[in-house]
Amino acid sequence: MPIRKVMKANEAAAWAAKLAKPKVIAAFPITPSTLIPEKISEFVANGELDAEFIKVESEHSAISACVGAAAAGVRTFTATASQGLALMHEILFIAAGMRLPIVMAIGNRALSAPINIWNDWQDTISQRDTGWMQFYAENNQEALDLILIAYKVAEDERVLLPAMVGFDAFILTHTVEPVEIPDQEVVDEFLGEYEPKHAYIDPARPITQGSLAFPAHYMESRYTVWEAMERAKKVIDEAFAEFEKKFGRKYQKIEEYKTEDADIIFVTMGSLAGTLKEWIDKKREEGYKVGAAKITVYRPFPVEEIRELAKKAKVLAFLEKNITIGLYGAVFTDASAALINESEKPLMVDFIVGLGGRDVTFNQLDEALEIAEKALKEGKVENPINWIGLRWELVK
Amino acid sequence: MIEVRFHGRGGQGAVTAANILAEAAFLEGKYVQAFPFFGVERRGAPVTAFTRIDNKPIRIKTQIYEPDVVVVLDPSLLDAVDVTAGLKDEGIVIVNTEKSKEEVLEKLKKKPKKLAIVDATTIALEILGLPITNTAILGAVAKATGLVKIESIEEAIKDTFSGELGEKNARAAREAYEKTEVFEL
Repeated sequence: MPIRKVMKANEAAAWAAKLAKPKVIAAFPITPSTLIPEKISEFVANGELDAEFIKVESEHSAISACVGAAAAGVRTFTATASQGLALMHEILFIAAGMRLPIVMAIGNRALSAPINIWNDWQDTISQRDTGWMQFYAENNQEALDLILIAYKVAEDERVLLPAMVGFDAFILTHTVEPVEIPDQEVVDEFLGEYEPKHAYIDPARPITQGSLAFPAHYMESRYTVWEAMERAKKVIDEAFAEFEKKFGRKYQKIEEYKTEDADIIFVTMGSLAGTLKEWIDKKREEGYKVGAAKITVYRPFPVEEIRELAKKAKVLAFLEKNITIGLYGAVFTDASAALINESEKPLMVDFIVGLGGRDVTFNQLDEALEIAEKALKEGKVENPINWIGLRWELVK
Repeated sequence: MIEVRFHGRGGQGAVTAANILAEAAFLEGKYVQAFPFFGVERRGAPVTAFTRIDNKPIRIKTQIYEPDVVVVLDPSLLDAVDVTAGLKDEGIVIVNTEKSKEEVLEKLKKKPKKLAIVDATTIALEILGLPITNTAILGAVAKATGLVKIESIEEAIKDTFSGELGEKNARAAREAYEKTEVFEL
């Protein structure tokens, strides 16, 4: 029987890793993710998880050790956040280019400067071009489930790409909620024993991995990474369906909420989706025709699902905890690209919210609604980007 | 949904108190959420932590601005922090203090519907040998709010602290439960 316990997302992530039975975990502590490797090291020390826990001197080394271990042919896990993920940057491309199905948990945290330990998505969003799949959890249960699903997809022969699972700093990493820990036997059935398909050390089969590619081959290598990420879309749907069958919890690349007759649909990711749904209920009672959509899978970007969503709304309003300096928020930008050749598309507005842990309140959502309503009434958007909840008196 | 805000000082265990209250309610079949507000953590600095309890899954992830219940672990905070900020009109305030009801009320900016006081520091010193009041004050929370049974608090405490430490902390909660004075205002 699955056990239900009250725990933090960090603990849920450690439990997911334990259930997936990685053979090598390499990690370096960083706020707000430190508890994940701490808890895993306890599992290893107590003999509850048969794995090598490698203590390293930096995040660069943590991910490098995972690359080495995955290339040797075992399942691996690591966790980090913010500056730690930024320090891993160059190795993230290598993990994807070598097609190593590493899974990593991220406590989504802002980037310096100024130093800030609190939540936004700038750390993972800034890694969107590395070739890693990206999943975002709304709550602690999703953090656990999505890590298991990430392994399933990453290790699929049609994909073979690494994956990161993000959950919001403090809002989830340090918040306790009821979480169901699935049965080990069912997880074993779901994931199966790890069998490396291409990357493993075998003296009878000497190979070179991650070597030099001249102009005659490099572009093909990049194409196959891109193509694998495209194929991942279908594999993710299959993994979601199988997960639902085995564990009874449903996941979708984009989860819709009260979108059927909505004029304005607010799109977001992560824990903000929970607050948003609660706020949507309130606004519905007040007579607003609003709905919500939660993006669970950000890479590969759910292009088809965004197109379907766009058909339902007159205004698509994005609430995002990141900013591409010099343009707009990344989710808005990606969704715009998904819709660019559609003959009919909704108006689109972008709201930058909650950077560096600023609490995203109902008042702020009301502020965003007012701007989206204005676009709806006037039938146009002059400037798509809006900073919500900003203390304007401090920036004048 | 019931929303509880804890005020303590770094080192007193306000965050643990919020988590234990959540677990106690979870043991009674409720949906729960508990989380800290993380400032710059250092011993002695004012700390806030939150607990939500409901009969249905809790989706909202904002901080708590209009609590139903406020719990003050350190009496000196009454002079430093507006602990009743945003408190609902029907709100309950629970204070660890050796002072009288009148003296506490004088310091509160908003008069609660119900006030509970207990000298949790003395109880903690007697039973634990340390002025850590987070488990004792939960006895007062059970008594004043009826949100959870004292037995559930005891069970959640023993689940959080193993062995003798758990037994002692559970005893501190029970003792505070019995000694808490509750005033309808």
